[in-house]
Amino acid sequence: MAEPYVELRSVSKYFGSVVALKDVSFDVCPGEVHCLLGDNGAGKSTLIKTLSGVYTPDEGEIRVQGKPARFASPADTRNSGIATVYQDLALVPLMSVARNFFLGREPMRKFGPIRQFDTEFANRTAYDELAAMGIQLRDPEQPVGTLSGGERQCLAIARAVYFGAKVLILDEPTSALGVHQASVVLKLIVQSKARGIGVIFISHNVHHAYVVGDRFTLLKRGKSTGTYAKSEIDRDQLLNLMAGGKELVDLEQELTKAVRSSLA
Amino acid sequence: MTAELRDERVRSVSRLSRLLSRPELGAAAGTVLVFVFFAITAGNTGLFSAKGIINFLEVSAQLGILAAPVALLMIAGEFDLSVGSMIGFAGILIAIPSVFWGWPIWLSLLFCFAVCGGIGALNGLAVVRTGLPSFIVTLGSLFMLRGLTLGLTRGISGRTQVSGVHELALNDPLNSLFSGQVFSGPIAWLSDIGLIGKRADGLPSISGIPVSIVWWVVLTLGCTWLLTRSRFGNWIFAAGGEANAARNLGVPVARTKITLFVMTAMAAALFAAIQVLVTGSADTLRGTQKEFEAIIAVVIGGTLLTGGYGSAIGAMFGALIFGVVQMGIFYTGIDTDWFKLFMGAMMVIAVLFNSYVRNRAMRSR
Repeated sequence: MAEPYVELRSVSKYFGSVVALKDVSFDVCPGEVHCLLGDNGAGKSTLIKTLSGVYTPDEGEIRVQGKPARFASPADTRNSGIATVYQDLALVPLMSVARNFFLGREPMRKFGPIRQFDTEFANRTAYDELAAMGIQLRDPEQPVGTLSGGERQCLAIARAVYFGAKVLILDEPTSALGVHQASVVLKLIVQSKARGIGVIFISHNVHHAYVVGDRFTLLKRGKSTGTYAKSEIDRDQLLNLMAGGKELVDLEQELTKAVRSSLA
Repeated sequence: MTAELRDERVRSVSRLSRLLSRPELGAAAGTVLVFVFFAITAGNTGLFSAKGIINFLEVSAQLGILAAPVALLMIAGEFDLSVGSMIGFAGILIAIPSVFWGWPIWLSLLFCFAVCGGIGALNGLAVVRTGLPSFIVTLGSLFMLRGLTLGLTRGISGRTQVSGVHELALNDPLNSLFSGQVFSGPIAWLSDIGLIGKRADGLPSISGIPVSIVWWVVLTLGCTWLLTRSRFGNWIFAAGGEANAARNLGVPVARTKITLFVMTAMAAALFAAIQVLVTGSADTLRGTQKEFEAIIAVVIGGTLLTGGYGSAIGAMFGALIFGVVQMGIFYTGIDTDWFKLFMGAMMVIAVLFNSYVRNRAMRSR
C-alpha cells in the first residue's frame, strides 16, 4: 500500500479522568476511503478533532507524509492539506452558493487602484466545480438555503477539494439525508477518491460505509477494535462488530421472552 | 456538460421573479406609493417644487447618512442604539473646543471624528468580547453618552446649548465640506431654461444642492459597493448570517463587527458636523431618537432584524420615505402629530412585506 498521507500513532487523549481515546492508531492513504465506525460516545469526535488540529494528543504522535507534525490550530491543519467538513458544513444559508464557495478566500479583481470581488469568476468556478462533481446548479447566485441537504454537503466537499485538500475528513455526511441524497454524497466520495484524495468517512451507518469504504476501523469506548480491509470482512460481520451483534441477540431473546410471558 | 445532462428542474428564472427577491423591492415600492399619495393630496402645495424637493431631500439626507452604515451593521447582525446620543455628544465635541478653548474648527472636527470613532470601537469591542447582545451594550452607551454630554456641557458652559460656531467657521478650510451648497452653476442653468422656477427677484428658487445630500448619495453608494463588491461585504453578510460558519472559514468576524461599529459612530459624527456647521450651534438634546429612526429606515429598506440579509440602497429608500412623509404631512396641513403614527405603521407593514420577500428568495427557485 502507498504511504499514508496522515497517520495517528498510538494516540491517547484524556479529559480529566475521562479516557476519550486510548492507544488508537489510524491512517489514510491518497486515493482511499477509510471508514471510521463507532457508536455514540465511542470517541469518533475526539479522533476527528485530534486529526483536524482542534485537540493535541496527550500521548502518541501525528505524522503527515511520514514526518511528525504538530498542529497549532485548525487553520494550520487546513494548510497541511487536511480539510474537515463538519456536520454544520460551515455554510451561510442566506448567501449565494458562489459567495459561500469562496467565503474567507474571496477572489479579487483589480480595477485600477480598486480591488473588488470577482463575481463572474466566483459564479463560474462554483458552477463548474459542482458540475464536475455531478451537481447541476440551477443558478450559482441562488441562496444556499434553497439547496437540498445532499447538495449542501456536496458544496462543502467540493469547496474543500477546490482549495487543495489532500485528505477530507467527513463527519457523518450522510446521517441526516434521505436515500437518494445520501447516494449523491456517496458518489461524490468515490469521485474524490478517484482524484487521489484520501477520505476519512465517519459514520455509524454500516450500509453507507461498506459501499464506498476500502478499510474500516471500529472504535469502541475510546479504543480501536481493529482495522479491516474490505477483503477481510463482509457487511454482516461489520454490522455485528459495529452494533454489538451479541447485544442485539440478547435483546431479541429478551423481547421474545417478554412477549411470551404476556401471552401466557 | 451537454444540455440533456442538465438537471431536469432547471428553468429560466424570469427577470421579474429575480427582481421580486431583492431586499430593496419593498422600500422601492413604498417610495412610489408615498410619492403617488402626496402627488394626489399635496400636488399643488409646493411639496414637489424645486424648493420643496430640496427640503424633503435634506431631511432624508440627514437620516440617510446614518442609515447606510447602520444597515451594514444590522446585516452583520448587530444594533447600535447609541448613534442618537453620539450625535449630541459629537456636536458638543465640535462646539466646546472651538467656542471655549479657541481651537480652530478643523481641529475640533478632527478631534470629534477621532473621539467618536474611538467610542464606536469601544462599543464594538464590548460586544464581541463579552458576547452580550449589542442591543443591551449600546443601550448602555445611549444613556452614558447622553449623560456625559449633559454633564460636560453644563460643567464647562453652564448651559445646555453652545452657539456662536457660525462666526468661527466662516473661513475654516473644512467648513464647506459640511455646510453650504454645491452645483449652483447647473442649478442656475436649469433655472434659465425654465426647469426650476424663479423667485420674484429673478433669482432661482434654490441656489444649489445642500452638501448633506451629496454626502448621503456618496455614503449610500460607498456602502453598497462595500456590501456587494468588496471582500469586507462578503464578511458582513457571513458575520450576520452564520457567525460560526464564518469563523470556521477564517473570516475575522470580530474585526468586521468592530469596524462597523466605528463606521456607525463616524456617521453620527458626520451627522453632527453637518448639523452644527449648518445651524451654528450644538445642543445636548440633538439626535434624540435618531437611533430608532435609522433602524426604521433600514428595516423599511428590507434589512432583516436578525442579520444576514439587506441592502444599503434599501436604507436610502427608507430614508427617502421618511423625508417625504415628514415634509408631505407638513405641506398637506395634516397635524404633524400624526407623523410618528404613520412611520411606525409603515415599519410594521414593511417588516411583514420583507419577511414575505425573504421567504420567496429562500424558496427553491
